[in-house]
Amino acid sequence: MGTSDTPGMSVRIANLEAMFDHRGVTSAAHSSISAPALDGLPAQDRVRTLQARIREMQSSTLDSRSIPTHPAIAQLLPGGALKQGAIYSVERSATLLMALLAGPSAAGSWCGIVGMPEFGVEAAARFGVDLDRLVLVPHPGDQWLNVTAAIADVMEVVVTRPPRRADDASISRLAARLRQRDATLIVLGTWPQSEAMLSLSESDWSGIGDGHGHLSARQVTVTVTSRVHARPRSARLWLPDREATFRQAEKRFEPRLAPADLAPPLREATG
Amino acid sequence: MTAPTITRTMVLWCPDWPVTAAIQAHRHSPDAAIALIDKGRVFACSASSRREGVARGLRVREAQSRHPDLIVEPYEAVLDTRAFEAVIDAIEEIMPGVQLLRPGMCALRTRGPSRYYGGEEPAAQALLDRLGTVEGLELGESRVGIADGPFTAEHAARSTAVLPGAGRILRVPPGESAAFLGPLGVGLLSSPALVTLLHRLGVRTLADFAALPVTDVLQRFGEDGARLHALASGHDSRAVLPRVPPQQLDSTIEFEPALDRVDQVTFGFRASADRFLEGLTAAGLVCTAIRIEVATEAGDTSERSWLHPRSFTASDVLDRVRWQLQGGGTIDSGLRSGITRVSVMPESVDAISNHEEGLWGTGPDERIHSGLSRVQSMLGHGGVLTATIGGGRTLADRQNLIAWGDRPQLDRPVEQPWPGQLPPLPPATVFSSPHPVCVVDASGAEVSVDERGALSGAPASFFRGSAVSSAGREVAGTRAAVTGAAVTGAAAVGTALGVAVRTEERDPGADGRGAQRDPGPVRSVKAADARPVGAVMAADAGPVRSVKAADAGPVRSVKAADARPVVAADAGPVVAPDGGPVRSVKAWAGPWPVNERWWDPEHSRRAYRFQIVDADGTAWLFVLDGGSWRAEARYD
Repeated sequence: MGTSDTPGMSVRIANLEAMFDHRGVTSAAHSSISAPALDGLPAQDRVRTLQARIREMQSSTLDSRSIPTHPAIAQLLPGGALKQGAIYSVERSATLLMALLAGPSAAGSWCGIVGMPEFGVEAAARFGVDLDRLVLVPHPGDQWLNVTAAIADVMEVVVTRPPRRADDASISRLAARLRQRDATLIVLGTWPQSEAMLSLSESDWSGIGDGHGHLSARQVTVTVTSRVHARPRSARLWLPDREATFRQAEKRFEPRLAPADLAPPLREATG
Repeated sequence: MTAPTITRTMVLWCPDWPVTAAIQAHRHSPDAAIALIDKGRVFACSASSRREGVARGLRVREAQSRHPDLIVEPYEAVLDTRAFEAVIDAIEEIMPGVQLLRPGMCALRTRGPSRYYGGEEPAAQALLDRLGTVEGLELGESRVGIADGPFTAEHAARSTAVLPGAGRILRVPPGESAAFLGPLGVGLLSSPALVTLLHRLGVRTLADFAALPVTDVLQRFGEDGARLHALASGHDSRAVLPRVPPQQLDSTIEFEPALDRVDQVTFGFRASADRFLEGLTAAGLVCTAIRIEVATEAGDTSERSWLHPRSFTASDVLDRVRWQLQGGGTIDSGLRSGITRVSVMPESVDAISNHEEGLWGTGPDERIHSGLSRVQSMLGHGGVLTATIGGGRTLADRQNLIAWGDRPQLDRPVEQPWPGQLPPLPPATVFSSPHPVCVVDASGAEVSVDERGALSGAPASFFRGSAVSSAGREVAGTRAAVTGAAVTGAAAVGTALGVAVRTEERDPGADGRGAQRDPGPVRSVKAADARPVGAVMAADAGPVRSVKAADAGPVRSVKAADARPVVAADAGPVVAPDGGPVRSVKAWAGPWPVNERWWDPEHSRRAYRFQIVDADGTAWLFVLDGGSWRAEARYD
């Protein structure tokens, strides 16, 4: 046995060795792969958990290259990062979308936004998307699939919002093209065969009160549902915090209204 | 000391050139009273306005008071140069070697023309005759001076306007320049500091200046003074440096008969586009900007310039022609009138060596550009955009979207402070067209802001729809019917505050679900502020009568004014008059007044901005503009 380069690999190898040591595959697997977690589960769940574990091991051994991802979100994603050639779907939130774009964009990738005329460019710039490498196609019309594919040919990350559900043939054609070009597609809305689905819930705004203050930061629960993980993973994130950055929330944020006397006075805008 | 070589020079002077150019560009009548304004003052004016007392340097208002019919146009230096190009072209047709001194004035060596036309004066006359035939320009006032050197010749041309009895040509014989210049004032020298000093020294005319010993002038005033001294003495050693006529790189095609389909025109232009590129390549140039002019049968022309991030190829040129023809339409769309002429001219060129591709290609940008060009050829030039952030107060002002390949134009500088812009966190979703919404307070009346900036009531809930929709009124009056389902919905989503709910007119039992409607007078729904979510109270303090779930679920927790629990089970959404959900307000801030450009009736804007967080935790940016609420952006 040679030296293994990842700790995960060495654990797995140790498991294999343990299997042969005990001369019983099932019992070894059962005992070594976090058996206590499985014990209390009903049979169906246990099967699902094990299947997920298998898929996770398989996918991590595949030679799939990942693209830089914001660490706050990377931990939730299957494989620990956005993968090239994969499709992710984001439910509703444009801020979450920008959080996904910020990592690749800062690392020098070009991003294309297809079919989103309401994409807030200023917010994107503030959240770390480089506008010099951002291209928008706000109104692709009926050709949105062709345009998305054409943009995916030349850009590393493509965002699209399907105006309607595409037929299965074109979906799989697009998926094949993405794999071939190593482009990552992020869909705003649902998409069959997406690698993971990211959604937002329980958003708590801070800084704004009852007639005073202004929106300054937000804590949300980001939930990632994927085919790989048996159950959704979620984390409490600042999206964004007061410095317009994304990070993990240390503790559950208590929505507290800003005291009226601390609210910055806003002058009338004249000019 | 050797005598400097003196070039016999002919100078053409077109008086009031900026005015002539502006008259041509703006198509005014040749004798119109026109004044060109630069920095708020008259820069140039026509002869007819001068007669009324308009003069260079006057303020606009004073010039207008002297001549009420004065046509005022902004001064454009580019226009001068561009219009004079036609004059130089005309001269070059009959005499070579023209030097442009400034727009409106050019110099030629007389040696060749005087031999050809049999004398200097006949040559000058031929020049003036040729100018008489230039189309579109009024050159009847142009004058020619012939003398030793451009300086003397220029002033000879100028003096024809003031010397009594002089024609349009003045010839100063060789060697008589000093005598001609002598009586003129020293103010003609182009050095204001020296001129002031000479005046103080009592040197008033060029003859006085020329009489000073050369060595003294050189010692006292340096090289510059010595040069001006030589000019004043008629020893103008400057040579005429003829310009090199620019190469003809334009490509034009005429269609006879006119074509009225976009694809016909682009196909017809294909060969010309190839020729255009061949011409550029032969000249060792690549083109990074072109100007396309399209003339139609109806007589109008459209022109626009197109930029290219790298350099144009023949198919790129063809694409631009197509996009310009097609405008907003598609390739199949017909044109309003037939196209008679298409011409392409290079606007900026660069040496081909700067644009040579590397041996292994030039990296990713080339690939991205060709990919995006493909999308542009699918959707049109404006289909692919890049963004920059500019200055301004509204979100729409701040984001500038430019078509891929065009140069960004920032009208509002971003480095200005822009007081009154939104707080630093920008919204992630900016609606391209704001959605009308209706914001109501706890009593159900629409929230408004009076002229002193005071709110009529705290926002309690909002829904999509215009302010004139019936919701507010229905709540204020007593016409809103409430079904159990709706009340339950209100309870379920926690929107118990001031919700106006309208039911469909539904016959009880008709749909087979046993839906029962309140048969009695309508209750508006109101919540007590401090009540837990789910508490719904009848506004008029009467009991809520027969509020039942449409699906006959058990009634659980609606409170009437007498605090009796009512309500129901199934969670149907609360519906606004136009069918959208009613959202309650969890937190809000505002009004933040924006009072922009009050001096400009077209662009003035007085509005109030609000940030509102709804019960789902989604935050919105609302604008109350002229009594109507609009959702401009969403923080999602």
